[in-house]
Amino acid sequence: MQLRSRRSHFSGWPADARPGIYAVTTNPMLPAPVARQRLLLLDSSRDAPALAESPYRGLLLRSVFSEALPSRAIVLEPALGHLADGDIVRVDPQREELRVLFRPSAPQNSLLVTERCNSFCVMCSQPPRDVDDSALVDEIRRTIELIPRDTPTLGLTGGEPTLAGEGFFDLVRHACNYLPDTELHVLTNGRRFAEQALAARLGELHHPGLRLGIPLYSEQPDLHDFVVQARGAFDETVKGLLNLAAEGIRIELRVVIHRHTYGRLAELARFIARNLPFVEHVALMGLELIGFAKVNLGNLWMDPYDYGPQLAQAVRTLERGGVPAVIYNHQLCVVPESVRSRCVKSISDWKNDYLPECDDCALKAQCGGFFSSGLGLATHSAHIAPFRHSGLIA
Amino acid sequence: MATSEPALAKRFQPLSSYRSRPDDEPAYRLLPFNFARFDEQRYLLSNDAGEYYLLARTDLVAAVDGRLNPDSETYRDLRARHFLYDDHSDAALDLLALKVRTKHARIRDFTGLHIFVVTLRCDYSCPYCQVSRQSEDQSAYDMDEATALTALEYVFKSPSPTVKIEFQGGEPLLNFPLIRFIVERAERLNQAEKRDLAFVIASNLSFIDGEILDYCEAHGIGFSTSLDGPAHLHDANRPRPGRDGHRRTREGIRRVRERLGPDRVSALMTTTAASLAEPRAIIDEYIDAGFHSVFLRPLSPYGFAVKTRQTEKYDFERFLRFYREGMDYILALNRNGWPFVEHYSALMLTKLLSVQPTRYVDLQSPAGAAISALVYNYDGGVYASDEGRMLAEMGDETFRLGDVHKDSYEQILLNPTLHAVLEESLTYGAPECYQCAFQPFCGSDPVYHHATQGDWVGHKAFSAFCARTQQVTSYLIHKLEDEPADREILLDWVRP
Repeated sequence: MQLRSRRSHFSGWPADARPGIYAVTTNPMLPAPVARQRLLLLDSSRDAPALAESPYRGLLLRSVFSEALPSRAIVLEPALGHLADGDIVRVDPQREELRVLFRPSAPQNSLLVTERCNSFCVMCSQPPRDVDDSALVDEIRRTIELIPRDTPTLGLTGGEPTLAGEGFFDLVRHACNYLPDTELHVLTNGRRFAEQALAARLGELHHPGLRLGIPLYSEQPDLHDFVVQARGAFDETVKGLLNLAAEGIRIELRVVIHRHTYGRLAELARFIARNLPFVEHVALMGLELIGFAKVNLGNLWMDPYDYGPQLAQAVRTLERGGVPAVIYNHQLCVVPESVRSRCVKSISDWKNDYLPECDDCALKAQCGGFFSSGLGLATHSAHIAPFRHSGLIA
Repeated sequence: MATSEPALAKRFQPLSSYRSRPDDEPAYRLLPFNFARFDEQRYLLSNDAGEYYLLARTDLVAAVDGRLNPDSETYRDLRARHFLYDDHSDAALDLLALKVRTKHARIRDFTGLHIFVVTLRCDYSCPYCQVSRQSEDQSAYDMDEATALTALEYVFKSPSPTVKIEFQGGEPLLNFPLIRFIVERAERLNQAEKRDLAFVIASNLSFIDGEILDYCEAHGIGFSTSLDGPAHLHDANRPRPGRDGHRRTREGIRRVRERLGPDRVSALMTTTAASLAEPRAIIDEYIDAGFHSVFLRPLSPYGFAVKTRQTEKYDFERFLRFYREGMDYILALNRNGWPFVEHYSALMLTKLLSVQPTRYVDLQSPAGAAISALVYNYDGGVYASDEGRMLAEMGDETFRLGDVHKDSYEQILLNPTLHAVLEESLTYGAPECYQCAFQPFCGSDPVYHHATQGDWVGHKAFSAFCARTQQVTSYLIHKLEDEPADREILLDWVRP
């Protein structure tokens, strides 16, 4: 599913129009003060209100019937046919660019806080860029204000979101104020929380729905440092975890399994159960084969089927230690049966796909499938095999 | 790692560059640990956080000499378990501190278990019983309401978020009206206190009837009873006029289950010389009675048990044989698909494999005396433990902390003897214990050592308490490390 468009046709926008964040609506009857902050989504230019009277910020048109376009219109490229009522988009008229930031229909939505990162993980799916993108914070503030209050969950991601500094805390506070009932899931490497004062600041915001997803790739400091390509990162993350826990902040630990990390996976599980039992759960994750994972594929790739014993042992060790475990990004058929029920359909809907042979699988509906990045489908376990019967999940 | 592997892209550093360290740095530093010879080849290492590791003598010597190869699995295991650290990370210091804090977290809550001795009267005349009286005179050995009220006031002075009130005797059901009085008063007090309040009656179940069961259902009261084994063992241990104790106990267990559900009655066994020959029969009896666990306990050295020389009838080695034979049978049951747990082992396994504090009163450091449990005797006397009360009934008042009629809660808890006992019961500093590899899994039992050796701390070389921790822990570590099938069973016994 495409979420970004550079080939939609912008028509009749003022030359100095700034980029803006707007909610999409299909309701042509909204009161003018609201309509000024909305983009009206129409099937056809024939439905467009008379040019002069339209109070809407702009019009999104799926099709065009005449050469004469209304002003402030965007003719959507076909790949954006999925745009729907309630979506939140960023529109940059000067660059003729449109990006979908939030879709109410998606099970999970994530907002990118910054592309900068203080780690350089060998398997990063979203390689960092050293750019000044501090303007993103204001855009996310605006986005948060537009998100429906009954949204169950929202993600903040990066890069490393805490590198936004003051802006990061501002966004958490903003989410807490505008979306108090929405689970806020922040993906961070936790390193900056080694500074106790920063953990305390996050604690002071008292956002009950806040949960940090923090990666720990090995219980061996040098191996973790290697994976994130930063000396001392293990210590910073562990101290950050302790500081965050002391503030009562909920934590999801994230472990990405590949050729460098599978060997001592059960030892890592044991370490977590003994030293970090306060985490809410541990996510054991398969590789997402894009970004640096694609660049380093030959070095990192290991058939998930082959680390099945280590995966099962890690789940057992965690659960016996009272720490719940979940398995992300794995196909049911490559996970040992004893822990198959811990698999979660974790891949976002817009980048999720299946192989042709999956059509015959009785468990396809329960299976998380693959990342649709071409490589994810091309490079996969040699043990993909459709289940003939459902009900195989313990 | 194979050398022919495809390399990382150029902008990434290889693993080896993260492993290297400057040549002038010391390779690693040891963190505090104790060790003991485990078997012919191996030594047991343990630290204050309860991490343990078995390694060959040569590796131990190399580790202490600073010669351990940083690329070895042994090195990585010792580092992950915080026996050593190097310049890659000093997080071990924070993590060790956190684990030790967690282990001692229960002390903050203070007393959670409050034992009310509602009567000393009993229908049994067990030779090893410490406290029971055969008396027609109700008033002489029953607790009265005024005593109970003051004791309840003290119960809620404990800061513990969980409060468990256990009724003991004698046979507490012989004074059921007082149990009702205490339950209802406690419930009323708890409307304001909002503690997690629970009740249990330690009873032989002889006098259980429909009315009592109705009441227990309405107030969520559970039962704990004694079951020593099959009829011939149980009735020999626990003589009751008519010799029908076993039949009545089993019938009582059945009635409680039927009325309150399968989990509302638990059973404890008392080991006697006669029991030692029959671990299987005892375990089968527990299975037959519908239990999924047993607590293979050594005989307590208190009360009439000491007077009648019962404790000297067998030595600790004989108990250990009994325990091992019982465990072999229990593990075989589990292997054959019938889950069954031995409680003392489960407790030790939790200490070995989890950082969570355990509640078992006799294996705490500082000792559980008064911190884990307080006993309110029928006459208002307050004791630091149930065993302390039993000693008092034999004329040794060492562990009597005060009297609810005369002393305030503060006076009772500030009893100088109690403080001396607690101070000397920290295994970190106790002679022999401080350098023992089993110390993190053990604790102090000052009442036991006072009763057997006349000294709160005791000489551990002569202590069956010490021998039990060492032997049982060794047995379990051996199973965990050397017997994969048993390991899988035992891991499921850990209660995080």
